[in-house]
Amino acid sequence: MGTLIEEIFSRKAGRHVQAGEILLLDVDYIMSHDNTTPLAIKAFREIGKPILDKNRIVLHLDHAYPAPNVLAAENHKKIIEFVREQELPHFHRQGVCHQVMIEEGYITPGAIVIGADSHSNTYGALGAFGAGLGSTEIGVAWATGKCWFKVPETICIELTGETQRGVYAKDVMIYIAGLLGMDGGTYRSVEFGGEYIESLPMHERIVFPNMSTEIGAKCGLIAADEVTINFLETATPAKGPFEALYPVNPRYERVFEIDVSTLAPQVACHPDVDHVKPLEQVEGLEVNEVYIGTCTNARYEDIEIVANMLKGKKVNPLTRVIVTPASERIYKKAMKNGLIEILMDAGCTVTGTGCGACIGRHGGILAAGERALTTMNRNFIGRMGSPLSEIYLASPATAAATALTGHITDPRQYLMQNAE
Amino acid sequence: MGKAWTFGENMNTDEIIPGRFNITIDPLELAKNVFCEVKPEYAKNVQPGDVIVGGQNFGCGSSREHAPIAIKGSQAKCIIAPSYARIFFRNAINIGLPILECPEAVADIDEGSEVDVNLTTGQITNVTKGSIYQARALPDFVLKIADAGGIVNFLKEHDIEELMQNAE
Repeated sequence: MGTLIEEIFSRKAGRHVQAGEILLLDVDYIMSHDNTTPLAIKAFREIGKPILDKNRIVLHLDHAYPAPNVLAAENHKKIIEFVREQELPHFHRQGVCHQVMIEEGYITPGAIVIGADSHSNTYGALGAFGAGLGSTEIGVAWATGKCWFKVPETICIELTGETQRGVYAKDVMIYIAGLLGMDGGTYRSVEFGGEYIESLPMHERIVFPNMSTEIGAKCGLIAADEVTINFLETATPAKGPFEALYPVNPRYERVFEIDVSTLAPQVACHPDVDHVKPLEQVEGLEVNEVYIGTCTNARYEDIEIVANMLKGKKVNPLTRVIVTPASERIYKKAMKNGLIEILMDAGCTVTGTGCGACIGRHGGILAAGERALTTMNRNFIGRMGSPLSEIYLASPATAAATALTGHITDPRQYLMQNAE
Repeated sequence: MGKAWTFGENMNTDEIIPGRFNITIDPLELAKNVFCEVKPEYAKNVQPGDVIVGGQNFGCGSSREHAPIAIKGSQAKCIIAPSYARIFFRNAINIGLPILECPEAVADIDEGSEVDVNLTTGQITNVTKGSIYQARALPDFVLKIADAGGIVNFLKEHDIEELMQNAE
C-alpha cells in the first residue's frame, strides 16, 4: 500500500516502507559515463575493495565521444583501461547513456538503477526507480552493490485531456516546469499519471521523468502498463516476466490536476527552465542555432517529426541546424527510412550519436551573443558555450519550424500544411 | 574565522563550475575556475577558512561532483544555505565538504561579513553583527559519513551496513 515509489522500494526492501524512512538497498544497475566515471574509479580505488558484481556495472562513452580534445581522450583511455582490467561486460559507446540503457533492456519495471548523471530519472518512464548520484557513490556501489535512499514524499501530477495538434509531451512538461519551478519537486518523487499519460507511446512518456530532474525531483515515475510491457517486449532485449507495480491507496503530499487540451506550444526561455512562456510570446525571436538532440528529444519519432516538416524545404541559410540522434539504433533506422537524407537535403548537419552540443564541449558550441533553440532539457547560462549566449527549450516540432525561418516559430502552421 | 562569499538562489552546478572545465578531477585545478562566471573574483581572492553563503536549492542541476570538489579545492571551510539540491547534498557529504542548513543565518550574513562556524556543534556566528545561529542537525548516518571525512574514508574502516546501525 502506498505511492509508486513506496511500492517500488517496498518490493526491493522485502517489507512495507513509507516516506521518510532511510533504506540501504541493493541496486540492480550502476550507470556512469565518460564525464563521471574517472572520479568513480578514483573513489573505488581508494576504498580498496573488489567489485561486488561486474554484471551490474554499465559504462558509457557519450558526453564527449569521440574525444574532442586531448584531456577527453585521456579520460576515455583511462575508462577503457579500467574496463579491460576489471573485465567489465557492459561497455557502450553507441549513444546517449539513458537511451542506450532503455534500448539495451537494462531498465525494467521495479528495478533500482542509479546513475552518475542527473537525468538518470529518465528510467522512471518504464516504472523503474532511476536517480542521479555523484561519482563517489557510484564507486561505492561498485564495491558494495548498495546505496542509501530516503523514501521520498510524492507529488502527483494528474494529466487529463488530449493535446492539440502541434503540442507534444515536451510542451506539457515545459509547462509543468514553469508551474512547479526549478525547486518545486526537490527531494520528491514526482508521479505522472492520468488518461493523457496512459494514452502516450513510450517515446513521449520518457520526456516527463527525464525532465523531472529540472524541477529538482529525486525521481519521476510513470506506472508500468500495457504500453510499457509491449515496448519492453518489442523494442528491447529485456527478459520478462515483468512485474508492473502501481500506486495502491497512495497518500500524496500534493496533487496537481492539469488539463492538457488547452495548452499551446511552450518555450522555456533563457536563463531558467522555469522561465516558461507560451510560444506566441517569444515568436519571432532570432535564433542562430537549432539543436535537435539529447536524452530528452532525439528519438526516432522526434527525428521523424522534424524530417516530415523539413521535407522538400530548406532551413534558413544563416541558421545552424544540428541533428544528433540519441543512439545508433535510432540513427540507423532514420537512415534506412530516408530521414537522414531529407534532413541533409534541407541543410541540416547530422552528427554522430551521443550527448552532442548539450554539454557545451563539442558538436555545436555557441558564441557570445548567440541564441539557440533546442530540444534539450536544461538551459543554464553558458551550458552550450559562451556565458553570453542564450538557450531556449522547446519541442522537436517547434525546433523544425524555427529551423525553417531562423526565428522562433509556431509549428502548427507547418503541421496544418502537411495535413492538407 | 573567515569571510563570507554570498550567492543567489538556485545556484546551479554549471555556474559553480562550467562543463568545459570538467576535464580534470584535480581539486586545485577545478578551484581555479570555481564560480568563474557568477563571481570571478572568488577564485582569485578566497582564503582558507572563508565561508560560502548560498541561497535556496544550492547546487541544482547536474550530478557533477566536480562542483563540490571545486569548492572544497578552493579551501572554503563550508557552505551555509537554506536548502540544497539533492545530488549536491549527497555529493558534498560524500566527499567531506561540510554543508550547513540555516536559513536564518543566510538572511543575516552579508557579502564580506566575518563568520565563525563551529562544525562540531553547527553554531554559526556572524562576527560582524554579533549574532549567533544554530544550523539544523543532520541525520545520524549522514553524520557518520561526515565525521569520517567522506564516504570513501568511512568504507576504509567500516562495512556499508554499519551506516544504518542505530540510525534514526
